Order: sequence, then structure tokens, then C-alpha cells
Amino acid sequence: MKRLGSIHITALTFGLAFLYLPILLVVIFSFNASKLVTVWGGFSLHWYGVLFSNSAYLEAALNSLKIATTAATIATLLGTLGALVLTRLGRFPGRQAIGGFMLAPMVLPEVILGVSTLMLFVSLGIERGLLTVALAHATFGAAFVLVIVQSKLVSLDPNLEAAARDLGAGPVQAFLLVTVPSLAPALVAGWLLAFTLSLDDVVVASFVNGPGATTLPVRVYSAVRLGVSPEINAISTILLVVVSAVVIMASLLQKQALMRDQR
Amino acid sequence: MPLLNIQGVSKYYGDETAVDNLDLEVEEGESLVLLGPSGCGKSTLLRMIAGLEMPDEGKILLDNQDITRLPPHKRPINMMFQSYALFPHLSVRDNIAFGLRREGMASAEIARRVDEAMAMLEIGNYGNRKPHQLSGGQQQRVALARALVKRPRLLLLDEPLGALDKRLRQQTQAELRKLNRQTGIAFVFVTHDNDEAMALADRIAVMQAGRLRQVDHPRRIYDRPVDRFVATLMADANLFESIVVEEAEDMVHARCGELELQFRADGIPRPADSYQLLGLRLEQIEVSRDPLPKGPNTASGTVIDIDYIGDMTTIEVRLSDNQIVKASQLNALHEPLIELDETVWLTWEADALVPLADA
Repeated sequence: MKRLGSIHITALTFGLAFLYLPILLVVIFSFNASKLVTVWGGFSLHWYGVLFSNSAYLEAALNSLKIATTAATIATLLGTLGALVLTRLGRFPGRQAIGGFMLAPMVLPEVILGVSTLMLFVSLGIERGLLTVALAHATFGAAFVLVIVQSKLVSLDPNLEAAARDLGAGPVQAFLLVTVPSLAPALVAGWLLAFTLSLDDVVVASFVNGPGATTLPVRVYSAVRLGVSPEINAISTILLVVVSAVVIMASLLQKQALMRDQR
Repeated sequence: MPLLNIQGVSKYYGDETAVDNLDLEVEEGESLVLLGPSGCGKSTLLRMIAGLEMPDEGKILLDNQDITRLPPHKRPINMMFQSYALFPHLSVRDNIAFGLRREGMASAEIARRVDEAMAMLEIGNYGNRKPHQLSGGQQQRVALARALVKRPRLLLLDEPLGALDKRLRQQTQAELRKLNRQTGIAFVFVTHDNDEAMALADRIAVMQAGRLRQVDHPRRIYDRPVDRFVATLMADANLFESIVVEEAEDMVHARCGELELQFRADGIPRPADSYQLLGLRLEQIEVSRDPLPKGPNTASGTVIDIDYIGDMTTIEVRLSDNQIVKASQLNALHEPLIELDETVWLTWEADALVPLADA
């Protein structure tokens, strides 16, 4: 690896500090014994204890996990189907348009996504709750899954399935025994990404959630409006650890899959 | 009765005709090579035999049974893909066992057959590796073992040696011939490499633009090509666009510029003044420094180019009417090399001139 000069190191330090210092402060102050958010009063796990005895937060966290799991699963199914349609069916009229529509949620402002899905649920008379949030999250999760799975599908040898069929597997068997396992790293990476996206979301969730379906980020957001409490630092730290772990896992899986292709 | 019988098969992609009303038979145990330039339809034909593509017209019979509409997994035919198409998530053993498992064979029998196939292809030590941990040559063997282990009636090989380097390719050619004889399974190869076709084939089927130009033994394809395409595909040849002068006894006399050509009549009527393309292989010409009497099937001219390639020397000779004739000869130690601008005399047998169709 190239050795870094002192200027590089200084620049890198400032850059990283700019990005991560606020987050680091949150983590540090989550272990603060003091009740004041900005004054250090010694190390303590007090606020984590308070957090875990607060049933409202625990319920919200459970909601978030349920929603993220459901949303990620639906997103993975939809995104994979979309990727298969876009890569396997060849050219058909409207292919470009479908590809564009599938990716739109990636770039659409979340407010618009939230309002439009809310209007859809209201006009269909669907009662808002955990399922509506999961469905809304699945729409943009699917776009990310599609991109990840599509890039893997494109690099996959189109003769793999043909070889499986030639060796005696029926079309469904060939897909399940050869294509799905070859896509597995991409499927898992896509699922994990959709999971964290759902876990992170405030805007869309605050539009489409209903009574009893408040997610953790929404709960945190409304609590912060009443002032930042040390509890919030603790909960942020936990979220941070969970999300980073999942994202790192997802990128490792993707890297592993790509490396296998390159050999 | 032939093993495989292809009758009037056509395949269209939109406006393009990939395979055009093609008939072909494959005999039990033979090694047949489909030879042609890329895009001639040979791979499409192979995929139709495997069942991966459906013909738009015509029939394919295996052992006299119509298999035209039979899906690939129900045909006793296996294919080795150009990309090998090894399953990346399975070990070498599991790749080879894949086809047998689909037959619902007992696991002890599967293990025995897989061991046997791995021993035959000398890949017994790699059973637990994944495909990406193997070299190109090893992957090729695994792909071959995976197809052969099913003991198909017919093995299809799509450019099987394309990804190997030259030395490994020659070695593998010999092994493929051996496997073909050992197993008694009929092999159908697809290749665009004429040397490879010669090395592998009992019979070569030359394809161009979706049609078969000639199907014959390699020697006949080389020595007796039927048309311009086949003649130049196999090796360099002199082509004389000549005019028939007369047919006398069993010889036909023709003229091409100052050249007087004489070739053996083959029963096809050739009236005087009709056009006839004649082919002449470079090595069939005898080069001499001593003057020869003028007459049919001789020429003399000036050497304008010399191409020395170890065992052979190819020279280009310009005749006085500016026609250029190419000739090659084996390099013998005691003969001094021919030099540029030297005048040489050329002569050849009447049988060396091959009348060619010129479409």
C-alpha cells in the first residue's frame, strides 16, 4: 500500500472527524452518569438500564424489527422478480419503463413516497398498522434489492441453468438448485440492506403508521422534540451498532460474491 | 440406422435464418465435427440437438424416435458448454453427481460412478474443491466428466478446447479421441478451428450461413472440397477462374490467362466456353529450377515472395500475365533455398486440380 504523507494524514483526520465526531459524542454521552446531556458526570450504564425498563421504547423496537423483517422479505421477493424480468426476458416493449419505475423510489423524496402510499392505503380503506408500514418500506427496499440482484444476474453465466436442464433438472428444479444458490450472496446482501433501510426510516413510517405501530425511529424523533435526553443517546448507540453490523455483513457478502466471479 | 437423424431443420431469429432446412445424420459411436465460421448456425444446431432451442421446422430423431419437442432434461443427450457452466456453489464431486442425482440413483451407485468418471479424467484429487479453485484445464475435465458420467447416447461439445492454451489443446484433442473410442459414445463437436476439426473428426460437416456445404471424411474435405468456401476454409489454395476449352476422352482442358489446365472429367458435362473454378493446393505443386517444356499443368515465372516457416517454404510466383501462383515445399537439407527474383518452373498432376462449385 502507498504510504501516506503528513498532509494526507491531517486531511484524513479532519475529514473523518467532521463525519464521525457527532456520532462519537452521542456514543460517549450514552455512557454518561449525569442527567445533563452535555456535561460529563462519569462512566455509567444507567441510561441503558432506564431504556430497557421503558416499555414504550421496547415496544417500538419490537415493532421496528417486525416491520423491517417483513419489509426486507417482501422487498427481496419483489426486487429479485424484477431483476429476473429485466435480465432474463430479453427485450420487450416497456422494459426500459419498468426498469425506471422500479428504481424510482430510490430517488423520489421520501415525503412524496410517504404521502402517496398513505393516500393509496386510505383510498383502499386499509387500516394502518404494522403491515402498511412494512409494505411502504418494501417498495423502496425492492429498488435496492433489484439493483444488487441484477448486477449479480448479469455476471452469471446464462448457460448455468441450461447445463442443469441438460443434466436432467426440470425448469423449476434448475432455477431452485442452480440459479438461486448462485444468487444467494446477492439475495442475502439485498435483504440486509432492505432491513436496515426499513429500520432507519422516519419519514415514510410517520405517514403510514397507525396506533400501536410506532417504530423506534419515529418514537425517538417525537421524544427529541421534547428535548434530548440521555436515553436517546443510549438508544442511538444501540441502533448504530445494529445497523453498522448489518451493513458491514452485507458489504462483506457482496465482496465475497464478486471475488468469486472474478477468478 | 443412424443414431441421430436431423431432417429439414430450420431455425429463425426474427428475419434472420440461423439454420436453413438442414439434413444431417450422426452414426453410432462416431466423432462428427461441425465446422464453420462464427455465426454460421453451428452452435444453434447443437443447442437444438440438446433441446435447449426448438426448431421452427423439421424433425430430430434419436434411435428413430422423434425427440423434436422433448425437453432437454428428458433427452439421453448431454452437452459440454464452451464456458463449462460449472455450478459455482457446488464442489467438483457434487457437480459431477448433479446429473445422476436427478435420475434418482442410489447414493452408493452415484459415488461409484462419480469416482469412476473422476479417475477416467484424472481429477480424483480435486473432488472437494470448488470450480473457482481449479485451473482452466481442470475445469474443462470436470465439465467433461459431468457430461460423460450420465453415459449419454450422444455427447455434444461446444468449442470444448477454446479456452485452453495451444499445448494443452493438442494434448486434450488426443484424449478426446481416446475417450470417444473408449466409451463408444458418439461425439458431436462444434468448432471454427479447421486444424482442430481435422484432429478430432471421423467426419467433418462444413457449415456456412445455416446450411451444410459438405459432409465427409477429413481427408476428402481437404483433398476434394466441393466449392470455393470449403476449399479455402481448410487451407490456402490457388483458385483458377478458368474457361473450358474442350473435353477430350476423360480429360477436360481449360484455360486461365496464359495457363493451360488439364483436369480429370467427373461425369459432369462441361461445354466449351463454360466457366469453371479450379482449386490447387499449394503443396501439390512441384517447384523446379530447371526449365520444363511448355505444356498443360506447367507454368514458369519469377519468385516475388518467400515465406519460410521451419519445415515448409511457401513461395509466390508471378507469371508473365501477372497471375500469381503460390506453391509450398518441404525444406530438404541438401537443396539450396530458392531466392527472390529467381525464375522457377512449376508443374502439377491433373488429379491435383479440383473442380469447385462457385456460388
